[in-house]
Amino acid sequence: MSGRESFLLDGTPVPFAPGETVMQAALAAGHYIPHLCYHRDFKPHGSCKVCTVRAGGQTVASCTLPAQPGLEVESATPELEDNRRTLVQMLFVEGNHFCPSCEKSGNCLLQAVAYELGVLSADLDHLFPSRPIDASHPDLLLDFNRCILCELCVRASAEVDGKGVFALSGRGIGKHLIVNAESGRLVDTAIAATDKAVDVCPVGVILRKRVGFAVPIGRRRFDVAPVSAQAKGDAPRPPREKERR
Amino acid sequence: MAAMPATAPTVDPFLDQVLARHGADASALVQILRDAQARDGWLPPATITYLAARLGVPRARVEGVAGFYAFLYTSPAGRYRVLFADNVVERMAGSEALRERLCTSLWIERGKVSEDGLVSVDTTSCTGMSDQPPSLLVNGRAIAGLDERRVDEIAELVREQVPLDAWPAALFAIDDNVRRRDVLLASDLAPGEALRASIARGQDEALERAGNERSWRERMPALPQGPALTLEEIKHSNLRGRGGAGFMTGLKWEACRTAPGPVRHVVCNADEGEPGTFKDRVLLARHADLVIEGMTVCAYVVGASSGFLYLRAEYEHLLPGLRETLARRRGAGLLGARIAGVPGFDFDIAIHVGAGAYVCGEESALIESLEGKRGIPRNRPPYPVTHGYRQQPTVVNNVETFCAAALVAARGGDWFRSIGTPRSAGTKVLSVAGDCARPGLYEYPFGVTVREVLADCGARDPQAVQVSGPSGICIGAAEFDRRLGFEDLPTAGAFTIFDGSRDMFEVARGYAHFFAHESCGFCTPCRVGTTLLCNAMDKVAEGKGSRHDLARIERLNRLLQASSHCGLGHTACNPVLDTMKRFRPAYERRLCSTQFEPAFDLDGALARARAMTGRDDAGAHLLDESPGAAEAERAR
Repeated sequence: MSGRESFLLDGTPVPFAPGETVMQAALAAGHYIPHLCYHRDFKPHGSCKVCTVRAGGQTVASCTLPAQPGLEVESATPELEDNRRTLVQMLFVEGNHFCPSCEKSGNCLLQAVAYELGVLSADLDHLFPSRPIDASHPDLLLDFNRCILCELCVRASAEVDGKGVFALSGRGIGKHLIVNAESGRLVDTAIAATDKAVDVCPVGVILRKRVGFAVPIGRRRFDVAPVSAQAKGDAPRPPREKERR
Repeated sequence: MAAMPATAPTVDPFLDQVLARHGADASALVQILRDAQARDGWLPPATITYLAARLGVPRARVEGVAGFYAFLYTSPAGRYRVLFADNVVERMAGSEALRERLCTSLWIERGKVSEDGLVSVDTTSCTGMSDQPPSLLVNGRAIAGLDERRVDEIAELVREQVPLDAWPAALFAIDDNVRRRDVLLASDLAPGEALRASIARGQDEALERAGNERSWRERMPALPQGPALTLEEIKHSNLRGRGGAGFMTGLKWEACRTAPGPVRHVVCNADEGEPGTFKDRVLLARHADLVIEGMTVCAYVVGASSGFLYLRAEYEHLLPGLRETLARRRGAGLLGARIAGVPGFDFDIAIHVGAGAYVCGEESALIESLEGKRGIPRNRPPYPVTHGYRQQPTVVNNVETFCAAALVAARGGDWFRSIGTPRSAGTKVLSVAGDCARPGLYEYPFGVTVREVLADCGARDPQAVQVSGPSGICIGAAEFDRRLGFEDLPTAGAFTIFDGSRDMFEVARGYAHFFAHESCGFCTPCRVGTTLLCNAMDKVAEGKGSRHDLARIERLNRLLQASSHCGLGHTACNPVLDTMKRFRPAYERRLCSTQFEPAFDLDGALARARAMTGRDDAGAHLLDESPGAAEAERAR
């Protein structure tokens, strides 16, 4: 790694490749910055704001912040961690999340990040939105109650699957996920259970039917190791690996 | 995979015409949806499907755009859609009572369409009529100065199903209310004068210099100095953007001029949506030439070939006049090809009408909207000056900024910077509204005190002034000697006055609801935070608040400041914090004495169960142990 330029993350030098963001470089070096809407396969857009860090006197989403030599980035400060906790709590009260009865439990990024940050309760008043589920598709279930509006399925369906099955509509607190059909039902879209959009959902919105508990709770991704120990798994793929996909 | 619904769309001549008008270009989606909506008054699912198919974009994308804008409707509405402007000034003038009067008179419930599909009555954000409230929009057309007589007249016209075009013209009359003119509002600049002055600069041989910058030189070999020298005047004038942030206009233009790329754009931000402001309404109605002149000077300086005037939907009534101005200027050789006879100086302006989204006043959200998308602010940098409309270099300036720029181009930077204060050159047009005898437009050189403005407009017993609208600052009487300008109180123009009888808590609560309504929803803190703020304020209003809730609002503010995506989230808590600091008693007197009260009403939650079981006896209620409740129980 010698010869590469680096920035400082909480005082530790982090090398980066040209064009990388602070988040990408940090993850590649094994440093975890809590995040939800960032995914290594997609262009970061910075909407969840959980990855907000302090750099150059400003607070800014690290997933969209270009890495620069010598930049001093603070991430694991009490103030920033406190903000992250509140953001995660906001997402919990915005939707309807019942981890004990959710089949995504243990594989859910929202739950994992909450555990990581030490979120013990929602703390804020619940909004209790009414969000009917869509079970119309024979192989897939949509449970909008758990949507955190990260837009990963939107991006995956458009960019990888080439189908544009998902989009967002409404605005403000009324913003919601929609599917590409006049009926508004998933069964009338071009989605397939093998789509990237299905895999990419970090929470329990897009679920394959009949496999919910194939891996028992206790042996799932974040049961095995906390999300912070899996930072490298979220790091950008080396270009060659990307091509093989 | 499930079968796709084979909706090979049958031909729809009306929609095909709409599409043809906009070149069947998906980047004109907002305009296409506005026009398509004209037929049914809303966008039925089949219309969305049809447009998506013809535009070759996923249907969900079209639905997502339709769902974003307040004035695009995805559910049926009445043939007469009445929207009362709802901001604090309108409410102070009695808009709520008039709205109820209209609803009662038409036998409808607010927000619901009448059974026969004839009419609906609802509210919308500020429509830029705060100088003549209360006001409303009926099918997009503005009626101001409402009173009971006018409301009854409207009810009658609706009941009789008189077509809007046949309504008495007097109903639609809008006053300008210009109360104080300075260099801008009193300007008698002839159309083309600023342009000719700019071009003449390049003909002055004494100023002839080599090294004019690349973009313009390539396009226009003759008279290369005009743009560079005009830019120098703009920079020298110290003109700063009038939209509130106050960025140096000359630097913005220069950055766009020197940005790489063959095509440049000039965009006029006429999306003023700050509650209480209306200055652009008058500037566009009475000084349209000055606005267009400023845009054209900008195009000359930066080398832009295309221009947009992004007009907020609430100002649709200004369209005919603006179109007439553009046509007249084309006829006079001041727009189009070879402007003012200069070879290569080709520039024209298209009007883009918004669809009801305050956030589109943010320049990058405005550009997204211009491109036919949901109005979400972009990640910046890069800024629009290098990556704007279609990722090409773009200048976005406020209506008033372009007016001032035209004056600078005509009269020079020295003249302009001699007006106002050292860091705030020129004048500012204020939209004065609220509790005063003479609401309207007041133009002052920067540096004027709040007290002077209050005296001029005849404000009696002023308690507070909201400077620059809810995203600005709320000041109390002790601060009325403060000065308007970037040194002290920066302002985009709104100047809303509250006298001693007004409840500043309710003022702040209204503004909190405004931000929640207008949040684009892109980022978590603003999307959820603005709603949590409303809920907290509503809880206090209901008499269930405690110090805990006020402390939580302060925490919420810190989070929104630190992590929101754009200025809307950064400023959303300001009206609440300002009033909490300056008018604390308005909050304190509403608080419960306890440190914490739950927002959730346990007994209230059982109401449905009681209704289902037909019980309402004491045993069907939860025991409330507060002293008041015990008394109420005894009285029962």
